[in-house]
Amino acid sequence: MKYQSQSVAKLYFIAAIALFAAQILFGLIMGLQYVVGDFLFPEIPFNVARMVHTNALIVWMLMAFMGAAYYLVPEEAETELFAPWLATLMFWIFLVAAGLTVAGYLLVPYATLAELTMNELWPTMGREFLEQPTITKLGIVIVALAFLFNIGMTILKGRKTVVNLVMLLGLVGLAVFFLFAFYNPVNVVMDKFFWWWTVHLWVEGVWELILGAILAFVLIKTTGVDREVIEKWLYIIIAMTLITGIIGTGHHFFWIGTPEYWQWWGSIFSAMEPIPFFMMTVFAFNMVNKRRREHPNKVAILWALGTAVMAFLGAGVWGFLHTLSPVNYYTHGTQITAAHGHMAFYGAYVMINLTIISYAMPLLRGRNAANPPKSQIMEMWSFWLMTVSMVFITLFLTGAGILQSYLQRMGENPQSFMAVQDQIALFYWLREIAGVVFLIGLILYIASFFVGQSDPEAVAAD
Amino acid sequence: MAEAFTKSMARNIFYGGSAFFFLLFLALTFDTMGQLPNRDNRAALEGELGPVIAQGKALWENNDCIGCHTLLGEGAYFAPELGNVYKRFGNSTDAIKGFIMSRPKDGIPGRRSMPQFNFNDEELTALAEFLKYVSEINTAGWPPNIQG
Ligand code: HEM
Ligand code: HEM
Ligand SMILES: [Fe+2]
Repeated sequence: MKYQSQSVAKLYFIAAIALFAAQILFGLIMGLQYVVGDFLFPEIPFNVARMVHTNALIVWMLMAFMGAAYYLVPEEAETELFAPWLATLMFWIFLVAAGLTVAGYLLVPYATLAELTMNELWPTMGREFLEQPTITKLGIVIVALAFLFNIGMTILKGRKTVVNLVMLLGLVGLAVFFLFAFYNPVNVVMDKFFWWWTVHLWVEGVWELILGAILAFVLIKTTGVDREVIEKWLYIIIAMTLITGIIGTGHHFFWIGTPEYWQWWGSIFSAMEPIPFFMMTVFAFNMVNKRRREHPNKVAILWALGTAVMAFLGAGVWGFLHTLSPVNYYTHGTQITAAHGHMAFYGAYVMINLTIISYAMPLLRGRNAANPPKSQIMEMWSFWLMTVSMVFITLFLTGAGILQSYLQRMGENPQSFMAVQDQIALFYWLREIAGVVFLIGLILYIASFFVGQSDPEAVAAD
Repeated sequence: MAEAFTKSMARNIFYGGSAFFFLLFLALTFDTMGQLPNRDNRAALEGELGPVIAQGKALWENNDCIGCHTLLGEGAYFAPELGNVYKRFGNSTDAIKGFIMSRPKDGIPGRRSMPQFNFNDEELTALAEFLKYVSEINTAGWPPNIQG
């Protein structure tokens, strides 16, 4: 850590990991409800567990992105953060808002929460991923504005680098496209159309800029490869992201009431969306192979390479699987979607956040470069347990999804949804077992922060 | 990457490409908005049941139905597709109302069950009319069959 003010990142990272744990706990609850339908019913209905699962995910992604920005922006800009106190204040506001929202989900029926928060004044609740009460959404906007101001001013007063610029563009885009969450017309087609401007243009648009910037930063730091080379890669990757991903939004406009020409635009452009993910994989391995130094933080490099591979698999390969409209006709809204959603979110965004946390946390905790070997080895175990179990979760859900599409939508005698669910229960059991392994991985991950802390830290071989 | 391909070329492709395709996306959006009136069943919203359907949508959202069901294939995958439930239930709003009304309070032992929301008749009507409205949107032939 070169600048004192980078230390606010630590708060954000710790809260992110705590929310990650909550996310997984509720994932396991839902996974069980899939096969033991009355589990926790009616105390925690499936939809409530799902809100906690997905909203915890989104909020911890935002927390970790902010932490990453507070860490890397000052270092890149070679100056202290513009207003560290503002970053700390916003952290607490964000955390309290998130905590109250989750408490609201769990303690009162959702309809009561809508009433308590006066949703009728400006209805935005009750749409997938955007279930937060309108006042929580406003809170997010305020936190985001204060954050962007802080980061923007820091960049203005310091050195301008491509990493910082791309990070800032991604974060501004994140805030701008979130504004579509406030648009909720009665017309269902319009509602859905612009809902995707938040959801798709986040994960397949501006978030990829953030992902690219964080990856580039960690690779610059750990490989010592010339910044010029890395920045050129970064530009070309994010160019391909937006060139394919913006029109690629059309892969959500096949069957929601929008004109048929989206089947062409959406299929063709989204079929090219794997390209930037593939380039990211080539980029990461290339830079590590060309490294000019042996950085002692081996596990951070493992996470960086893991991100590059898993993002390509989850977003690129599993995305391509169902993105052409003739295929999507049968798979739309099945377990195939869930399979892809899991591996893509994990591979791209969970892993990049764990990469920057892995790189920055030892420094934030006062080490020179890396954790002691014992701690790194435990973290590597957690990497493999979580990553391999996520591969299995994806494979089991894909199996379930293929059967579901066939039995319910293709065969001679299409069967009803519930009848089909009963027949594919085995896959859901297997998914739940893989989920338990994931949880064990997560526990090891958290434990790795506490082991070997008095040992001398790992040193580079050279 | 080859030396002839410089960083500033990469940067220009990024800015130029993004701007171009974003503008193209806006143009397509504009065209889509022009075509929607012929597809999105807004006649129902503008008709005399419009306020009822709007109330139905508010109830749909305030109870987070999308947290278990899909609607036109989007949402959660725990419970059946509802974009075409009106048709699946024999084009009957009464059948929809009867189903929602009769969910057991404590669930069904061992099985997935929908909660009992205790809606009154007006609310049930609003929800059913909302689902009827959605089922009449032109969705390019999706879902493949009545099972959703
Ligand atoms: C890191 C990037 C990505 C993430 C995090 C991600 C995540 C998701 C999630 C969560 C959904 C489900 C949305 C819902 O609940 O309705 C989804 C849907 C979808 N994704 Fe991705 N995705 C990514 C990249 C891609 C790419 C690159 C492609 C195409 C090559 C793709 C193709 C699709 C398609 C076609 C659907 C719609 C599935 C359906 O019809 O049900 N995704 N994605
Ligand atoms: C222990 C592991 C996990 C289990 C058992 C689990 C289970 C589930 C279940 C049952 C759903 C709801 C599917 C439905 O709507 O019917 C879900 C949704 C979701 N989960 Fe997980 N989950 C786990 C881990 C994760 C992780 C690590 C991530 C992200 C990195 C994640 C991201 C998501 C997303 C994005 C959705 C929404 C998917 C969509 O709309 O297509 N989950 N999860
Ligand atoms: Fe998408």
